Amino acid sequence: MKIGVLCSLVRKEEKLLFDAFRSRGLEFIRIDDRELILDLHQRQWDLDVILERCINHSRALHTLRYFADCGVKTVNTYEVANTCGDKLLTTLALIRDKIPTPPVLVAHTPESALQAIERLGYPVVLKPAVGSWGRLLSKVNDREAAEAILEHKETLGSYHHSIFYIQKYVEKHGRDIRSFVVGDETICAIYRTSPHWITNTARGGVATNCPVTREVNEISVRAAKAVGGGVVAIDLFETPDGLMVNEVNYTMEFRNSIDTTGVDIPAKVVDYVTHVARG
Amino acid sequence: MALCTECEAEIVLEDTTEVGEIIQCPDCGMDLEVISVDPPEVAPAPEEEEDWGE
Repeated sequence: MKIGVLCSLVRKEEKLLFDAFRSRGLEFIRIDDRELILDLHQRQWDLDVILERCINHSRALHTLRYFADCGVKTVNTYEVANTCGDKLLTTLALIRDKIPTPPVLVAHTPESALQAIERLGYPVVLKPAVGSWGRLLSKVNDREAAEAILEHKETLGSYHHSIFYIQKYVEKHGRDIRSFVVGDETICAIYRTSPHWITNTARGGVATNCPVTREVNEISVRAAKAVGGGVVAIDLFETPDGLMVNEVNYTMEFRNSIDTTGVDIPAKVVDYVTHVARG
Repeated sequence: MALCTECEAEIVLEDTTEVGEIIQCPDCGMDLEVISVDPPEVAPAPEEEEDWGE
């Protein structure tokens, strides 16, 4: 079996995945997206599958599309990366599949964004449509803050920051849930707890085990399928009306979740990759 | 043995170190990317970009 791992920087997750391949006697080649030259006319690749682990979303997107067109199977697919990498597309996919998710409005000018914010009612969360690790999230509590943030985004940001993705703030009482889906199964989940309203572990949220209840499994697998399936991490809010999907991540980080859950996540991912290659 | 590009401290790589891994200089704390393990060589780690993430 010929396996490629597409990545650049090697995070803890990539090291664990490399170890999981090696422990199964599976050879792989590393494809560094910084060195890769995509010859769009070359269509022949001697690879059965590629595991995408890019840290750059834009590089992941282009490279996955290219390899898909060359007939190489990828984990995840271009379609999954495209949907998960854009919060607007993720939310549309969740709504299409009738999966509970917070109310979202999108606007393209500061004026319409202010109207949208006031229509949703304070507080709201402004998010970059493309972005991760909880960066540049703004919890907007009142009109004065909204006006200031919108002006800053328009003036200081690239055009991406004038795509205003506005989500109704959901009170999560200090924690949310991150579940990990591989194929048709929620393999494990963690609570991410923080006194800050941003609970990403990349921002200091503390991981503890979260039992995979039937409700967690069902909404997680449904969310994974809505974005196209594969290996994804789902961020869930606990609300009085049940669980809601906040976001779906397609190059999931899991370093804090292996010991916490007792589940060998990289092994599960590698087994899925080999399953896809054989499929 | 590699030298930190910032403070020239000696950097000893562990056996399990991978090319592309980010390590910290034990002396100055600078983030360094391992660009070779044999011979050991490091370079300043890239700056975080807007589309980095998971």
